[in-house]
Amino acid sequence: MKAEANGHPVIQLDEMSKTYHTGEVDVHAVRGVSLTVKPGEFLAIMGASGSGKSTMMNIIGCLDRPTGGRYLLDGVDVNDLNRDELALLRNQKLGFVFQGFNLLSRTSALENVELPMLYNRDGMSSREQRERGLKALEMVGLSDRADHHPNQLSGGQQQRVAIARSLVNEPKLLLADEPTGNLDSHTSIEIMGIFQKLNRQGMTVVMVTHELDIARYTMRNVVMRDGRVVSDVPVANRLDAADELEKLRAEQQAIQLAP
Amino acid sequence: MIIFATLRMSIRALRRNTLRTLLTMLGIIIGVGAVIAMVSIGNGAKAQVEAQIASLGQNVILVMSGNFSRGGFAMGFGSMPTLTKEDYESIRREVSGVAASSPEVRTAAQIAVGSQNINSSILGVGDEYPDVRSWPIASGAIFTEQDVRGANKVAVIGKTTATTLFGEGDPVGQIIRIKNAPFVVTGLLSSKGMSMMGQDQDDIVLVPYTSAMKRLSGVTTFRSFQIKSVSSEAVTEVQQQITDLLRQRHKIEPGKDDDFLVRTQQEITQTATEASRVMTLLLGSIASVSLLVGGIGIMNIMLVSVTERTREIGIRLAVGARSRDILLQFLIEAIALSLVGGILGIFLGMGGSTLVSSKMGWATLISMDSIVISFLFSGAIGIFFGFYPARKAAQLDPIDALRYE
Ligand SMILES: Nc1ncnc2c1ncn2[C@@H]1O[C@H](COP(=O)(O)OP(=O)(O)OP(=O)(O)O)[C@@H](O)[C@H]1O
Ligand SMILES: [Mg+2]
Repeated sequence: MKAEANGHPVIQLDEMSKTYHTGEVDVHAVRGVSLTVKPGEFLAIMGASGSGKSTMMNIIGCLDRPTGGRYLLDGVDVNDLNRDELALLRNQKLGFVFQGFNLLSRTSALENVELPMLYNRDGMSSREQRERGLKALEMVGLSDRADHHPNQLSGGQQQRVAIARSLVNEPKLLLADEPTGNLDSHTSIEIMGIFQKLNRQGMTVVMVTHELDIARYTMRNVVMRDGRVVSDVPVANRLDAADELEKLRAEQQAIQLAP
Repeated sequence: MIIFATLRMSIRALRRNTLRTLLTMLGIIIGVGAVIAMVSIGNGAKAQVEAQIASLGQNVILVMSGNFSRGGFAMGFGSMPTLTKEDYESIRREVSGVAASSPEVRTAAQIAVGSQNINSSILGVGDEYPDVRSWPIASGAIFTEQDVRGANKVAVIGKTTATTLFGEGDPVGQIIRIKNAPFVVTGLLSSKGMSMMGQDQDDIVLVPYTSAMKRLSGVTTFRSFQIKSVSSEAVTEVQQQITDLLRQRHKIEPGKDDDFLVRTQQEITQTATEASRVMTLLLGSIASVSLLVGGIGIMNIMLVSVTERTREIGIRLAVGARSRDILLQFLIEAIALSLVGGILGIFLGMGGSTLVSSKMGWATLISMDSIVISFLFSGAIGIFFGFYPARKAAQLDPIDALRYE
């Protein structure tokens, strides 16, 4: 959404590693990953289960800290930041979408979307928060469900609420860890459509997925194995979500019309 | 803004689990209720003691006969007969600044009117007694100085005694038989009501002290003298004069203890007030223990709540809540819990104290102080017992909290 003026990469990982110390054994979840993501990119991180994708995403999302190497977010070394400064980054620069949605269950969709603004230090009026919340819901096509609670929404709708929540503070970087992991293929393509739209508006998007066809909606695919990046290639035949949805619709109509 | 939003959030979280919230608050409700009720009972007793002492009359000095002790056990003032008629007369003669005075002897006797018999307490006093006690005569008059000197068979009776013996009719001029001796009723005392101990002060018969000593009880010494000074400034001076005079008359050497006691109304009030203050404090502190228990209940539930809502905390941290935001959220929740409990407790205490006074006939006095203090104290309990769970929540690691199952 914002044009990058200072020329920093949004994400810069230098030999970043993460080791979990659990009991006797050390688990090397990420072993020295170097990765640069420039503003406006749309990245898919892929790899087998346990290859360290989520671990890396959590570090990129400032939910966790690396145990080795460096991570510069928008030119700032997160190792120099304290707990509250990281919270500020999560609030202002990052949007995070989880595989399991992670919505507050007993509050409405709109209130879930407004949550990041509650911790926004600019002191928005509640009316302004509401307006921005509704705008974000509209962006993901859920204006008519603002007052529904998560348990009254389908999985795809819940994920769209989560996306709206991640967008509401206009972050620089949108992170999504298997956002379509719990969704059917049609809904998954719809979610990809939202991401592509955001990406076209200038937002940098990094997404974890293990579905090859979903990865084809992005611009660049990074494959991990055993905590290392083993391949990093641009997407050759990029899919467009709008086109694919149109195709699907046509197919379905054909099935229905068939005797 | 953030506080307001947090407060709304907390109230919603509390309303989500109404029964649990109510049970958690119960400790505080009972605690605050007990404090309010206990303190109101204590204060009521204190106010009554004060009223009782004030009803002694203004600027009254009480002279009681000696403290008789045997084998180290004090029998209390008034137990040794040291105050004589001569003592009384010399006080009247020599002490200046006395407005009115009366000695007092007490006896109980059977009183008969016609075929009716009652037992009443009989007070032998002087003709200035109503004046000393600020106890006006409702009808008729007090017996005269001549009646006292002549040990005449005259009496002034209280309202209850009069009603019992004569119904609603005027008792003045009627004859009552005390220990079979006929006494003429010269006056009717105005009604004074119940004493603190629940005694009917109007169930009384006043006779000249001379008559009481000679005809009714046969004692020759007094239990006490009641002396009213001319002004409140003169009280101390009169007290000193009486002390000096009685010491001299009783030939007490310097350095030896008095065999009598002179107390001003103020001193008596102080002692009694102190005693009831201690009682209030005691009742209040016993009740505070339940407040403490209530606080521990809040802490317990807040700890449970933090654990249950670990994921929620994780989500909040993930979208940018700082530690202090989480701390504030749970602290406000605990404070809301204890304050609402405190308010309900105040109502419970007020209701309880009203019930006690109506059902048991105890005097109670709900002070604004105890309400304000209970309210603030329950807020403080919320902060104190809510802080640890809130801090526990605030220190959670975002990723650990999000992964929590
Ligand atoms: N909190 C933790 N403590 C110890 N080990 C962990 C922890 N989290 C992850 N690991 C280990 O780190 C490795 C990488 O895990 P990670 O969750 O990043 O994998 P992933 O690529 O996201 O897998 P998946 O596709 O199944 O989600 C795994 O071997 C896992 O067991
Ligand atoms: Mg994962």
